[in-house]
Amino acid sequence: MSKRTVELELATLGVDAYGRPARIPLTAPVEPPPDLGEEHQLINIGPQHPATHGVLRLVVELDGETVVRCIPHVGYLHSGFEKLGEYRHYNQIIPLTDRTDYLSPMANNVGLALAAEKLMGIEITPRCTVLRVIACEMSRIISHMVWLGTTSIDLGAFTPFLWAFQERERIYDLQEMWTGARLTTSLTRVGGLMADIPDGFVAKLREFTRTFPKTLGEIDRVLTRNAVWAGRTQGVGTLSAAEAINHSLSGPMLRASGVAYDLRKDKPYLGYETYDFDVVVGEHGDVFDRYLVRLEECHQSNRILEQALDRLPDGPINVDDPRVILPSKTRAMSDMEAMIFHFKQVMEGVKAPVGEAYVGIENPKGELGNYLVSDGTAKPVRWRIRPPSFINLSALPRMAEGHLLSDLIAINASVDIVMGEVDR
Amino acid sequence: MIPGALREEVARDGETIVFVARERLLEAMTWLKNTPGQQFDYLVDVTAVEFRDRERPLQVVYFLRSLTRRADVRIKVELQSSDELAVDSVCSLWHGADWLEREVFDMFGISFRGHPDLRRILMWETYAEGYPLRKSFPLRGRFSRAEQVRQALNASPEAHYSLEELAIAEAAGDLPDDMRERLRRGERGTIQEPPAAAT
Repeated sequence: MSKRTVELELATLGVDAYGRPARIPLTAPVEPPPDLGEEHQLINIGPQHPATHGVLRLVVELDGETVVRCIPHVGYLHSGFEKLGEYRHYNQIIPLTDRTDYLSPMANNVGLALAAEKLMGIEITPRCTVLRVIACEMSRIISHMVWLGTTSIDLGAFTPFLWAFQERERIYDLQEMWTGARLTTSLTRVGGLMADIPDGFVAKLREFTRTFPKTLGEIDRVLTRNAVWAGRTQGVGTLSAAEAINHSLSGPMLRASGVAYDLRKDKPYLGYETYDFDVVVGEHGDVFDRYLVRLEECHQSNRILEQALDRLPDGPINVDDPRVILPSKTRAMSDMEAMIFHFKQVMEGVKAPVGEAYVGIENPKGELGNYLVSDGTAKPVRWRIRPPSFINLSALPRMAEGHLLSDLIAINASVDIVMGEVDR
Repeated sequence: MIPGALREEVARDGETIVFVARERLLEAMTWLKNTPGQQFDYLVDVTAVEFRDRERPLQVVYFLRSLTRRADVRIKVELQSSDELAVDSVCSLWHGADWLEREVFDMFGISFRGHPDLRRILMWETYAEGYPLRKSFPLRGRFSRAEQVRQALNASPEAHYSLEELAIAEAAGDLPDDMRERLRRGERGTIQEPPAAAT
């Protein structure tokens, strides 16, 4: 009988023989874990849970701590945008697009306007094209910043969250300068924009593009070689290229799996083929690669912003077509013809020819498609949003099953969902 | 040529639309995915269109893309609204079709034969007002606001879990008798016809 055991036998509860707090002896027999056998547990996560990034609900079957099955439930934020769109003029749909992916509202506005213009056969002006590129890339930066901040919080890193949200705040200030709104921008109109950029906007955006890479470098330094970050993300939620394609993933999720497909390069719109930027491709398709892809995409967006500012041409932002673009207030009040056009546009809306058009744009979260079907009236018969995060989320069970419950949080964060878009 | 192709059109965005016979959809899709020179390995989207003109058939639209060839094609299947609204599921070819087909089922009531798990997705499973994106569905819904509130307040807690999920937790045995009775009667998952006098 060892000395230590004797002491324990003499000790009263919680105190050893000498009156010191008792420690569990190293030699004490370890109790065998209870035999749970085949018993599985059902865990409900959400819909109100900080780590589900919105009102996503996951019903998870657990064997110990391992996810055996993951059943996502969506639809808690369903607003019927597609149905509402069938009762609205094309320009009236634009405010609805703000509210789908509310982390990148400007890019959604651009997506819808491009689809409507394709349907009507409208060519937008050079200045409008470049301004829309600026809007899209600003959206990409804020969306990726929110993703970075919230994901790092999910995985226990608080500091990058503050840095990322500070940068996002600066873009929001720019959006406010331009459109008057921080979140619900409603920037585009069919055939143009709601407003030209104000004085001082270019200088402020240049200041942003000059200083933003410094923050990205700081985030890179604090996360990329961080043992906790790497340990929690590397090899987690892996999808091979073939699986990613088969699950219809798009955007950073697809590219992190090693598929070099970017709509800006492969189906160019807004003249993206004339900008010099790289398509960021991952190698392993795990959470870590998705992080690297998004971080590097911020650098590339910054490059595109700089080039767009350099080439920003002068000229009108709206097409010269009185059937599509509202006349100025003074003209509508003084010129009979302008007033008629104003009246027809407001009362009847812009009529689209019979037919259909689909335009996919590379949104921060993936391919945002807008599919418009017209029967010749001013309201679409069908407005379909191809929601990138909805489709990316559908691969969640495939990625999460077999991982630990804590990895499920990391994997879910890596999908970059926004429930306004998933549920629409 | 695509097996079962009926006619071709060019959309206003320049893409080719191929109308395929409903019975031969799966054959056509398999051919498009697996034939060398076609290789449409990526399913962009699945959706449906119903026109305001009730005479026109419903369309189920498939957006296909070949990532290797960087080419797109749009496949359409027409369904007469008087017929049974059903097409074959393409889930076996593209996993991405899973949720997309569920959404079309949820919103239009078009069922997909052979889909592994065809349930409502955006609306809840006991949603009884019909299919929201059909043109016969009024913008504000079939039921009055009072009826909608009444149903929401009367929803039973177990309605948040499917029978399958309750079976995982072996919780079905722990439920109160009346709940178990309601579940056994199949109160969940059946979509009732809305009352005729709905506003």
